Amino acid sequence: MDIFLQQIINGLTLGCVYAVVALGYTMVYGIIQLINFAHGEVVMIGAMVAFSVIGALMKSGMPPLLVVAIGTAVAVPACVAVAWLMERVAYRPLRTAPRLAPLITAIGISIILQHVAMMIWGRSPISFPQIIKTHNFNVGGALITNIQIAIILISFILMAGLIWLVYRTKLGVAMRATSQRQDIAGLMGIDINRVISATFVIGAALAAVAGVMIGTYYGQTQYTMGELLGLKAFCAAVLGGIGNLGGAVLGGILMGLVEALGTGYIGDLTNNWFGSNYRDVFAFVVLILVLVFRPSGLLGERVGDRA
Amino acid sequence: MPALLNLEKVEVRYGGIRAVKGIDLTVNEGEMACIVGANGAGKTTTLKAVAGLLEPAAGSITYAGKSIAGVRSFALVRQGLALVPEGRGVFGQLTVAENLAMGAYVRDDEHAVAEDRERMLGLFPRLKERYQQSAGTMSGGEQQMLAIARALMSRPRLLLLDEPSMGLAPLIVEKIFETIAAVARTGVTILLVEQNARMALETCQRAYVMESGEITLTGPARDLLDDPQVRAAYLGE
Ligand SMILES: Nc1ncnc2c1ncn2[C@@H]1O[C@H](COP(=O)(O)OP(=O)(O)OP(=O)(O)O)[C@@H](O)[C@H]1O
Ligand SMILES: [Mg+2]
Repeated sequence: MDIFLQQIINGLTLGCVYAVVALGYTMVYGIIQLINFAHGEVVMIGAMVAFSVIGALMKSGMPPLLVVAIGTAVAVPACVAVAWLMERVAYRPLRTAPRLAPLITAIGISIILQHVAMMIWGRSPISFPQIIKTHNFNVGGALITNIQIAIILISFILMAGLIWLVYRTKLGVAMRATSQRQDIAGLMGIDINRVISATFVIGAALAAVAGVMIGTYYGQTQYTMGELLGLKAFCAAVLGGIGNLGGAVLGGILMGLVEALGTGYIGDLTNNWFGSNYRDVFAFVVLILVLVFRPSGLLGERVGDRA
Repeated sequence: MPALLNLEKVEVRYGGIRAVKGIDLTVNEGEMACIVGANGAGKTTTLKAVAGLLEPAAGSITYAGKSIAGVRSFALVRQGLALVPEGRGVFGQLTVAENLAMGAYVRDDEHAVAEDRERMLGLFPRLKERYQQSAGTMSGGEQQMLAIARALMSRPRLLLLDEPSMGLAPLIVEKIFETIAAVARTGVTILLVEQNARMALETCQRAYVMESGEITLTGPARDLLDDPQVRAAYLGE
């Protein structure tokens, strides 16, 4: 088996999920310069809700794909509601407060969401119902599963859809206008509160799908899953240049690849001093390197004049 | 003619600072009025209060017969009020086309919007040449043209202009004022703020002179142009 190609496939799959989550971070940052630390928890809630729905329907005799689709269709509005509410209740009142206040609030929200999820779904890891049969396909000596193909395809459709929305629709242009000058956007008749809500809502819809994808891929979920996933996706957004959509896509995919390749080769490279249990380290090594050598990220522009 | 805009005893504060100290001001429908005055007189503050960017601390602002004090700017645009802000305020990272589209944000009569856009590009051919370019890369004069065209895209009934001549070469200032006068002739009511008092007084019908937050002189613009005090203070004679 070709290990290198295999790790590329695994990394691309993971990277696509990171990218979809990173888009949520970067959109919110782009419009209100807030790092929404609770975004990872929105992904977790998406996975949890989908888990419950799929679990309830799996014995109903419906086709597995339909069951997963229904699970996703319920997870999306659930996540949208959570994100809409958190913006409305927690962040909006702090819009003009010093930047540290909403940042700390975001951390608080993420802790609250984790604990609410813990009360509903329990402490221990929940295994995601594997109702979709996995098929392997052989490509050049490596294996790719139907689930991996689906994740990569769906992610690219979502990313393309988002970029279309932001660059080709009136709402998208209004979002970009609002991110540049809120006061002037208001003078155009743009209700900036609605545009900001829309930004949270769109990011949450993406997060919900990401939650279902990651749950299906790993086959399990837990109330803490948003923590590390969110942090890595945030690193991906910074890597690409926070506030930049293309950067989030690039950063997410690179992050997935680095993690997969790093995990695959760390044993060989360090003479087995470090094993694949160090996989979570790579995201942060990359983050530190980016912050040292290219603080504005790969595709980032002048963070300075936004601050 | 009925008053389209009426300010009574309007006071605007920045924290403890009274920037506008209880002014009265009227602009009639179809009229072109201006506020002239030195730096820091409170002109921009007055326009911002009218446009809903600042909430007056006291007094009343009536537009088209309705009180609008404290109504936020985005809602006023739908009622036909547009402000071209001081310093132009174009969206630098959006293209000229996107800036114009944002000017028409509140409209959904797409056909008429497309017509208006063509009209703007006819009025300002430079914008046509730069149509797909980011607005931030354009010169000051071009940005000012874009800011005016963008405001007109909302089909305003009342157009507020804050120092459209700021930082522009005399030739361009002339062109901008000609355009504003042409817009006025189409029936749009205009309230213009200017430091270039001569241009403003020559173009407008009614004028207000503002000094440290108060209106010290008002009347037909022609009369003010001949007023010895105004000539000494604002026309450099
Ligand atoms: N955001 C603000 N905070 C505090 N004070 C302000 C603020 N904006 C303006 N001021 C003060 O209010 C007063 C009026 O300012 P304003 O901008 O309205 O003047 P202006 O007549 O438009 O001047 P200019 O011709 O220079 O544009 C000034 O003394 C100014 O220092
Ligand atoms: Mg001013």
